[in-house]
Amino acid sequence: MRHIMTKTIEAADSVRDYLAGQERKSLLRFLTCGSVDDGKSTLIGRLLSDTKQIFEDQLATLERDSKKHGTTGEDVDFALLVDGLEAEREQGITIDVAYRFFSTPKRKFIVADTPGHEQYTRNMATGASTADLAIVLVDARQGVLAQTRRHSIIASLLGIRHIVLAVNKIDLVDFDQAVFDRITANYAEFAKDLGFASIVPIPMSARYGDNVVRRSDRIAWYSGPTLVEHLETVVVDDAAVEMPFRFPVQYVNRPNLDFRGFAGTVASGSVSQGDEVVVAKSGKASRIKRIVTQGGDLKSAVAGQAVTLVLADEVEISRGNMLVAPTARPHVADQFAANLVWFNEQALLPGRSYLLRTETDQTSATVTELKCRINVNNFAREAAKSLEMNEVGICNISVQAPIAFDTFVENRTTGAFILIDRVTNATVGAGMIVHALRRADNIHWQSLDVDKKERALAKNQRPAVFWFTGLSGSGKSTIANLLEKKLHASGRHTYILDGDNVRHGLNRDLGFTDEDRVENIRRVAEVAKLMADAGLIVIVSFISPFRAERRMARELMPSGEFIEVFVDTPFEECARRDPKGLYAQALSGKLKNFTGVDSPYEAPENPEIHLKTLGKSPETMVETLDEWLRQRDIAEQQYEQGGGI
Amino acid sequence: MLAKLTHLDRLEAEAIHIFREVAATFSKPVMLYSVGKDSSVLMHLAMKAFYPAKPPFPFLHVDTTWKFREMIEFRDEMARKLGFDLIVHINEEGVRDGINPFDSGSNTHTHIMKTVGLRQALDKYGFDAAFGGARRDEEKSRAKERIFSFRDAQHVWDPKNQRPEMWKIYNTRVAKGESIRVFPLSNWTELDIWQYILQEDIPIVPLYFAKERPVVERDGMLIMRDDERMKLKPGETIENRMVRFRTLGCYPLTGAIDSDADSLEGIVSEMLTARTSERQGRLIDRDEAGSMEKKKREGYF
Repeated sequence: MRHIMTKTIEAADSVRDYLAGQERKSLLRFLTCGSVDDGKSTLIGRLLSDTKQIFEDQLATLERDSKKHGTTGEDVDFALLVDGLEAEREQGITIDVAYRFFSTPKRKFIVADTPGHEQYTRNMATGASTADLAIVLVDARQGVLAQTRRHSIIASLLGIRHIVLAVNKIDLVDFDQAVFDRITANYAEFAKDLGFASIVPIPMSARYGDNVVRRSDRIAWYSGPTLVEHLETVVVDDAAVEMPFRFPVQYVNRPNLDFRGFAGTVASGSVSQGDEVVVAKSGKASRIKRIVTQGGDLKSAVAGQAVTLVLADEVEISRGNMLVAPTARPHVADQFAANLVWFNEQALLPGRSYLLRTETDQTSATVTELKCRINVNNFAREAAKSLEMNEVGICNISVQAPIAFDTFVENRTTGAFILIDRVTNATVGAGMIVHALRRADNIHWQSLDVDKKERALAKNQRPAVFWFTGLSGSGKSTIANLLEKKLHASGRHTYILDGDNVRHGLNRDLGFTDEDRVENIRRVAEVAKLMADAGLIVIVSFISPFRAERRMARELMPSGEFIEVFVDTPFEECARRDPKGLYAQALSGKLKNFTGVDSPYEAPENPEIHLKTLGKSPETMVETLDEWLRQRDIAEQQYEQGGGI
Repeated sequence: MLAKLTHLDRLEAEAIHIFREVAATFSKPVMLYSVGKDSSVLMHLAMKAFYPAKPPFPFLHVDTTWKFREMIEFRDEMARKLGFDLIVHINEEGVRDGINPFDSGSNTHTHIMKTVGLRQALDKYGFDAAFGGARRDEEKSRAKERIFSFRDAQHVWDPKNQRPEMWKIYNTRVAKGESIRVFPLSNWTELDIWQYILQEDIPIVPLYFAKERPVVERDGMLIMRDDERMKLKPGETIENRMVRFRTLGCYPLTGAIDSDADSLEGIVSEMLTARTSERQGRLIDRDEAGSMEKKKREGYF
């Protein structure tokens, strides 16, 4: 009995020893990328198989699938190990990134197998954003292709510093060294400005396993490392701990009145009990009182650790702010320049309002200037008016409220952001901040003694922006003019901003492309905001066909001040009325980009006021608007006096 | 001298970060609690993420009425001990229609009692985010899934059109009725899970440890007869064998393995020499090719 017990304990100890050894291994995250059919998925299948990560039942499934979908004749098709979606196996392509895990005696690996098709570039970027090394595959027969270059540029922009140039299918060019040398030289010339710390070219055949895990005697002229030898030994420095302390506040933990902790993950540097820290946006200083975890308080915390910080003083901090080192602070600005990768079918439009998200902060953002598009073939900078899907550009961005950030080169965690479409909530782009724009520091908002409230009081009214949207000929101007007359007659101070009139003056440089329509609305919205600030009741009468712009306008104004009025007249009726003869021209093709004909109109989903004009007189509709305004003013008055709470 | 983070430290931090991100940005999150080892780890991490507070969301168990009895006991005990808010949902329509794994078939049973049951529960309470314990190393279609995985108002996953997921910047925006499934354990492997259970001393259902249990050999799997509802077919006999389970689900659909691993160390050492993957013990994954993806698209976790 005693003998057996000893044996069990020994076995337990050896398991614990083994696990401790596993824990000491370092982790390398890498991706495979490159053009379609260069063999990315096959390479990963080969890596998994030759490092003995595949179980018997998985191998059985693989053999069965190879017969059904395989593209390698009688052989096992290793790509089917990673192409996990049905559509992928049927079409024999990779659509989305797959994450695979394997380890060797020296290291652990997480590999992202990313798609080569241009249309799935965003999925490649997803895989690249968390990787430290990229294996760029090249088909030895094809050499460096456009997609090889695109992926290399994206990898470089996303901060990847180590490249393996895998010259694959070398068996199909008879293991010819000249081919390998030519491709290697070609790539080196292209990549010289991409800032990679290392480029290691390896000739291989993923299908047969040459130089993947096994050294190939068929490529005797090559004396460098096999792929796995290189992956096991490449030094990827993780300098995050050495950098200045950054702690983006993720969540304020306040279970009771006695505890107020700021939860988050240390983005860089380290922090210890007693350290002085500064709130990035306000500049307020305090000290670290406690570093709380469930396992007990810590003396210090380092980059990568998720902790809860308690400060010595009551300082105002909410999600999106950052606790930082007092001697090395991040930028706090509302304008900056950034590299941008665009993901969406709908092109990036300068002037359109998007949501910008950093790791924990979120605000409205506009691309104020698209400085250039980067040509993925030669890295040249070209002038551009918009960024299409999968294009890369450099732009200036302006955000509604200042954010705290570092440049992406300094800090991959605090220098990155994504852009989100306001209507569809799709992730439409990813950005890497290049530098803050000084302008933002120099324009300080003047705090005026005479403010909006004073101006409005002098006019004995509450400001409002009636935003009329609807098709051309729907009756916007008619109703707007009548409304102004009525308001004026009752002593209100008003102004009409009319689409046609503004286009003759302020916006006469703008045409009717999507980009120009966005800019048109942006300017009008800003003017309306200034007028409301002056205390006026503004009536904006614009087709304003896009939801995103109307939402942008809405968010410029305080809540309750923006009143979206949908002048809803059916297309057929507008075309019948055709007061300016425009529908006739558009329908015959003489007038381009006409809303409702060959340019879309996105009807409001939740307008404050929905005017269905058919069968109603303009006078009754003006009555509705006037009554709405009166009700709002009464409600707000009650609210201010406490009755509405 | 600052401590260097281990691999498990980093995995733990990543999961905690994900938990907090959801709590900070969604209005009504829930954690799917399936009582298995991954759920145990998930629960442990949730407790850590919000300490000293309790997790600011309830735990939901979709009970198919065919879970091992020991799972239900364990579940109720954990809820008592940790004091979290437990919601148990059963698809009553399915019960009324007499759906069961033997007569209805594993596919229909799983679809109605688990997938439909889950959708009912999510709709009933209006949850806009749901944590699950799925890992990318489990299965091919899971290897493709985002950490924040978007579902439309019908709970459908569109694997061909997933949102890009850059760095640790998660897009948590959903419109009314839409939701996000969140997988904090995405980057964990089976070995990581066991290692973490060992390191943190996390309680798990005793079914994971080898013990003499009454089993029947059926369709090449060892099924434990957990109650009288399982009728023996001609020629079948019950024998007591030293067995344990690598995964847990509905008892008639979960195969046991012969094993004498009655400690965590024993399980790990057995796993290190294993020649088959853990999902092999799941009948539902073998029903048809690409079956996990199909189930996931329908709303299965």
